[in-house]
Amino acid sequence: MRPVAPFLCVLALIPGTAIAQDHQHGTHPQTESETAAPAQTSASPSAGADAMDHGMMDHSGMDHSGMGHGAMAPVAMDHSGMDHAAMAGDGPIPQGPPPPEAFEGPAFAADAFVGPEKMAASRASVVREVSGMPVFWFQADRAELRVRDGKDGYLWDVQGYYGGDLDKFWFKSEGEGSFGAKPEAAEVQGLWSYAIGPWWDLQAGMRQDLTGPERTYAVVGVQGLAPYLFEVDVAAFLSTKGDLTARIEAELDQRITQRLILQPRVELNLSAQDIPELGIGGGLDSLEAGLRLRYEIAREFAPYVGVEQEWKVGRGADYARADGEDPSVTNYVVGVRFWF
Amino acid sequence: MSIASQGDKFAIDRRKFLTRSAGAASLLGLGHALPAWARGRHGGTLARKGSDVLSGEHLTMSVADASFATGGRHGAAVTVNGTLPGPLLRLREGQNLVVDLENNSSMGTSIHWHGLLVPFLMDGVPGITMTAVEPGERFRYEFPIRQAGTYWWHAHTLQEPMGHYGPIIIDPADGDPHKVDRDYVVMLSDWSPMDPHTLMKKLKVGEAPFNFQKTTATDDYALSGKDRRMWARMRMMPTDISDVSAPLYSYLLNGHGPEDGLEFLFNPGERVRLRFINGSAMTFFNVRIPGLAMTVIAADGQDVRPVEVDEFQIGNAETYDVIVEPTGSDAFAIVAEAMDRSGMGLAMLTNRAGARAAIPALREPPLLTMADMGMNHGSSAGAMDHGAMAGMDHGSSDAMAGPMGMGSMSMRDTSLLPPSVKVGPGIDMVAMNPVDRMGDPGIGLAEVDHRVLSYRQLVAAKMNPDMRRPTRLKEIHLTGNMERYMWSFDGRKFSAVTDDPIRFAFNERVRVKLVNDTMMAHPIHLHGHFFELVNDAPHGHQPLKHTVIVQPGGSAQFDLTANEPGDWAFHCHLMYHMHNGMFQIVTVRPLQGGQG
Repeated sequence: MRPVAPFLCVLALIPGTAIAQDHQHGTHPQTESETAAPAQTSASPSAGADAMDHGMMDHSGMDHSGMGHGAMAPVAMDHSGMDHAAMAGDGPIPQGPPPPEAFEGPAFAADAFVGPEKMAASRASVVREVSGMPVFWFQADRAELRVRDGKDGYLWDVQGYYGGDLDKFWFKSEGEGSFGAKPEAAEVQGLWSYAIGPWWDLQAGMRQDLTGPERTYAVVGVQGLAPYLFEVDVAAFLSTKGDLTARIEAELDQRITQRLILQPRVELNLSAQDIPELGIGGGLDSLEAGLRLRYEIAREFAPYVGVEQEWKVGRGADYARADGEDPSVTNYVVGVRFWF
Repeated sequence: MSIASQGDKFAIDRRKFLTRSAGAASLLGLGHALPAWARGRHGGTLARKGSDVLSGEHLTMSVADASFATGGRHGAAVTVNGTLPGPLLRLREGQNLVVDLENNSSMGTSIHWHGLLVPFLMDGVPGITMTAVEPGERFRYEFPIRQAGTYWWHAHTLQEPMGHYGPIIIDPADGDPHKVDRDYVVMLSDWSPMDPHTLMKKLKVGEAPFNFQKTTATDDYALSGKDRRMWARMRMMPTDISDVSAPLYSYLLNGHGPEDGLEFLFNPGERVRLRFINGSAMTFFNVRIPGLAMTVIAADGQDVRPVEVDEFQIGNAETYDVIVEPTGSDAFAIVAEAMDRSGMGLAMLTNRAGARAAIPALREPPLLTMADMGMNHGSSAGAMDHGAMAGMDHGSSDAMAGPMGMGSMSMRDTSLLPPSVKVGPGIDMVAMNPVDRMGDPGIGLAEVDHRVLSYRQLVAAKMNPDMRRPTRLKEIHLTGNMERYMWSFDGRKFSAVTDDPIRFAFNERVRVKLVNDTMMAHPIHLHGHFFELVNDAPHGHQPLKHTVIVQPGGSAQFDLTANEPGDWAFHCHLMYHMHNGMFQIVTVRPLQGGQG
């Protein structure tokens, strides 16, 4: 089976070419006129000299106007001792610093002619334009409705950044709840993100929980792309109450076609201690495993369906049962992934 | 009553107002002729397709916001003198040229004369040789024409991908040695209705967002499961051929999309010169005319010994002049297939209006090879060069002798890099064994069953003026990070080396070795000079070029006589590589040249 999109590309082109062929029956084909007739007048003998006299670029010793005319052949002959065999046999050409005269003159050659202030401003703007401009990115990785036993619910998991190649301000927000009830969990994070390798960012900042008991956390984590293209986000959270927890998330995009993508996802929540107030058990507190199938109508916009299984485990499961909750919940999800 | 009278009053007032404002507008010479920059961004008229010809010593080139439509799509564009591409400058070697650039558009602009030997202040690069020409401003370029051949001009701003480019033909002062019956420019370009800034941002934040030829569970790429796991382990894509593809791009020949029915007329038996110029922002093209051999007679404007081929790949900013002698058919298709084979540009050589040749289907998309990873034992091993590298220590014996079990190899062994390269997040790969790939026809063309041009076949038609052996080797690494969309020379973006240019002494003869530590082909352009490809050509006949493709994971060398004093841009001619850091200043000092 052919990948869908290239096939569509081919299809898209065929009607086009057919239309081009139909031109003979329809509108007048556009005929390209020949370029203007070459001027055959001979060059003035002074042409080369004119070239040399131009402004400050006067280096009449080097007559470029002769380039491609064989005019410089006599010069070449002066060096005829340097034949090809000799070049190949002479061993490597040495590397080294440029000759001293390469450092002569002002820092920027155009400053004296255009004006240092004007050039500095222009340079600053070009430096910014050609060195990777800061960008803003927002992604809703999961924005979904969750159908399950009991009350159906919702979940959001968004993130984004503003910044350059190495340093970024990164924000994240997650939350979930059931319809007709107060949100069960909601948090926002504000992080400084610094590139520590080709594929990894170190992230540090704050997290604020918006539901339940008041909690603020210090956050340290790494986010990036692991070998085999797993997107990984690992973070540790130290709360203002002294509780230490951690979260490990990993996703993998498995393309079925150019637009149909199956995404397995796992999330582990860990805790260094029991936190009865929050219903969090020490050790592995909970585990989520999901499978989402999305269709990228555009790269930026992809509705999906999926299933996600959540397990509270160990002491976490005990807390859930004590609260009258099922420690194992299966969610059937429908949502949309988008970015801009 | 009061309502009616108010209405009347209003009507009268409104009429008066209209009258008055119209009068004011005509006094100021405005009215409907309000310049585009005053009307707003996309207020321009529809661009005409194809260039008008400008000749003479004093030209005016006027930049305007415009719109452009092809293939059922419509979007913002930039025109010069109302057309896309802008005017064809037909000049004569030895003449003087004065060009008044008028900016009637809403963005800063400039004109760079690509391939022309000009004083550096006339080179048209904002921030280096001039300040950008702001909306409503003018700038006068003035320089002598010191050469002949096929060249082009373009903005050195983000107006370029929107249509601010056009061809240049300079006729030789002593007559053209190539006698032809017809002489056509074929300017290749890519156009998208998407704003360049938006496009660039999507490249930065998305994951190869314009590639719809990725490997999938249902593709039929000739890749084993092991191959696929190896690529995934490296966090790279074997389909990473072009960053921007059709259908986002429409591929244009002289501003005409495949559906626009562009024709070049011929009479059977005539010799037709086609001057191919790749003026695209992000596209390498594979050019062929099924049924016709093409004789390449010039590269980057400089004559080469004729070489007959059936196809050639042309990188951004390169030019090739070919001669064809169409006969035996009413029509031949000029096919400019994007290197990633996502789409094509198309025109017809016809001997009568409306005649059409069969259009070949797009060929299967190519895949990157081991050679493209910098491992020199892949499918293009036959293209490897040894001769030109005699004396160069590539450590090739080690890398080639080693077991090629990919699982055990590091694709980013930064200990292989010289100290001049700054290692950091901006480098995601280091070529293990970056062999010279002058003999490589380009990505996807190693296996085709007809004659394809390679740099190895280019031989300067005339003796080069400077045959001194280079006294210094300057090695420059092309570096990048595909995931972050960072590009650089020696691991440093332009912002890191703004005041630390690449320095050459006036008249210094330098061999520059470009090592490509990425899996993309980069067309590297040095302003203001020709350099000679080190390609095993006969002595004194290394071909002159202004732009050289450095194949992925490979290297390319050129010999440069640095005889044009001043500051010059040096960059990758893939628009969004340049704009993401692969840009540097080359300076040739002292500024007074040999007079100092």
